[in-house]
Amino acid sequence: MAGQLLKETLLKIDHLRKAYGDTVVLKDISLTVHKGEVIVVIGPSGCGKSTLLRCINGLEPIQGGSITLQDKPIDGQSKDIAQIRQKLGMVFQNYELFPHKTVLQNIMLAPLKVQKRDKEEVRQMAEQWLERVGLLDKKDSYPRQLSGGQKQRVAIVRALCMEPEIMLFDEVTAALDPEMVREVLDVILALAKAGRTMVIVTHEMSFARAVADRVLFLDGGEIVEEALPEVFFDHPSTDRAKKFLSTFTYDAVRHHDVPQNY
Amino acid sequence: MLLATLLGLAAAFVQYFKIPVLRQIVKVYIELFRNTPLLIQLFFLYFGLPRVLGISPSPELCGVIGLGLLGGSYMAEAFRSGLEAVDNVQTESALSLGMTRPQALRYVIFPQAAAISMPAFVANIIFLLKETSVFSAISLMDLMFTAKDLIGMYSKTVECLAMLVVFYLIILLPVSILGSVVERRLRRGSFGD
Ligand SMILES: Nc1ncnc2c1ncn2[C@@H]1O[C@H](COP(=O)(O)OP(=O)(O)OP(=O)(O)O)[C@@H](O)[C@H]1O
Ligand SMILES: [Mg+2]
Repeated sequence: MAGQLLKETLLKIDHLRKAYGDTVVLKDISLTVHKGEVIVVIGPSGCGKSTLLRCINGLEPIQGGSITLQDKPIDGQSKDIAQIRQKLGMVFQNYELFPHKTVLQNIMLAPLKVQKRDKEEVRQMAEQWLERVGLLDKKDSYPRQLSGGQKQRVAIVRALCMEPEIMLFDEVTAALDPEMVREVLDVILALAKAGRTMVIVTHEMSFARAVADRVLFLDGGEIVEEALPEVFFDHPSTDRAKKFLSTFTYDAVRHHDVPQNY
Repeated sequence: MLLATLLGLAAAFVQYFKIPVLRQIVKVYIELFRNTPLLIQLFFLYFGLPRVLGISPSPELCGVIGLGLLGGSYMAEAFRSGLEAVDNVQTESALSLGMTRPQALRYVIFPQAAAISMPAFVANIIFLLKETSVFSAISLMDLMFTAKDLIGMYSKTVECLAMLVVFYLIILLPVSILGSVVERRLRRGSFGD
């Protein structure tokens, strides 16, 4: 990881504080994301993972600290926020495809209307990506005709076609049936392999371990642990992390030496 | 009809965007016109205005304004519920793709809201057409009025009223059918079914 010191810093979060009224949700978050890095954020429900991603995307006003993307401050109120958001590809838990548009229209809308790119160029790019995620034959379907896993792959392609610097994933498999989780995670793994910069919130622990360069363990609105995946999963250093990880394993309850007459 | 639609749109936007002050005014307007009979509203416009303001609008103008105001209040509710039925995360999804707020509204929210509002919109148009029957009260020629004349002249009440029903049907049925066709189109265009 020494090489990362030389790499360009894309995203810098500095002493971020976020509160809803009197409830502080993010206490004092600092994080630097370099180009090509994959950060996985895990933590118990309600610890502020979604909120963190929403702050990065300028969807939530923040109460303290700063977030910058390539040295430009991210502020939902500023007028160049739309410009900055083009560099942040966000994928939501519930896909949020536009129901009144076909797959291809969903993908091409923002590149055409926001970035004013050439229609043919965008179409080619969209079709290439659809092909790669195995959905080219669905390009003229409407979202309601797709399965959850297919919708989520379209949502990922839609974000990618904006050519973002960083992809943000918020529990993108949480709403999926187990057999569809894999097809979506495989797409993300391929992106990681290709060197994409990503911040991923997930509850899929083996996936987190496979994809992460660094794991952030968030609890109670603060970063409790920040470590390499092998270190975090095999030797968590805090009790809170140990306790959290233990909720994903089950101790065997069926012992062979249980007496027959039990 | 047009006046009603425009008024309705304007009022719905004011509510959707929660524009201060205007919002309260719109709310009072909607409640006032939705909860009073058209007849009273027309009487007020036609007989009341000359006394209060010293202007005397023609019966036609009164009819159009009265129907416009009434329709506007109904349309406002139709459009507002359409807008509110579109999940807020859709806006966020559009914003996260780098759209500005106006772009998100134009490409993502309005098309969905329009499709959702369509049934109520068509119902309102039909309702407004039916309400024209009240116009006779302020001496505007309409079907009801003509029929009353005929009844007076020929005193064949039943036939005349039957004819009246038929005439209303002749006007309203096409509107109703056209409405459901448009609705289905919009829906197919919007959601693919
Ligand atoms: N709009 C809001 N108003 C008030 N409180 C909120 C709001 N949104 C989130 N919260 C609170 O902020 C905290 C963090 O929420 P967040 O959605 O970021 O959690 P999370 O880590 O993503 O949880 P999960 O794993 O369940 O998705 C929660 O306690 C939640 O109740
Ligand atoms: Mg969440």
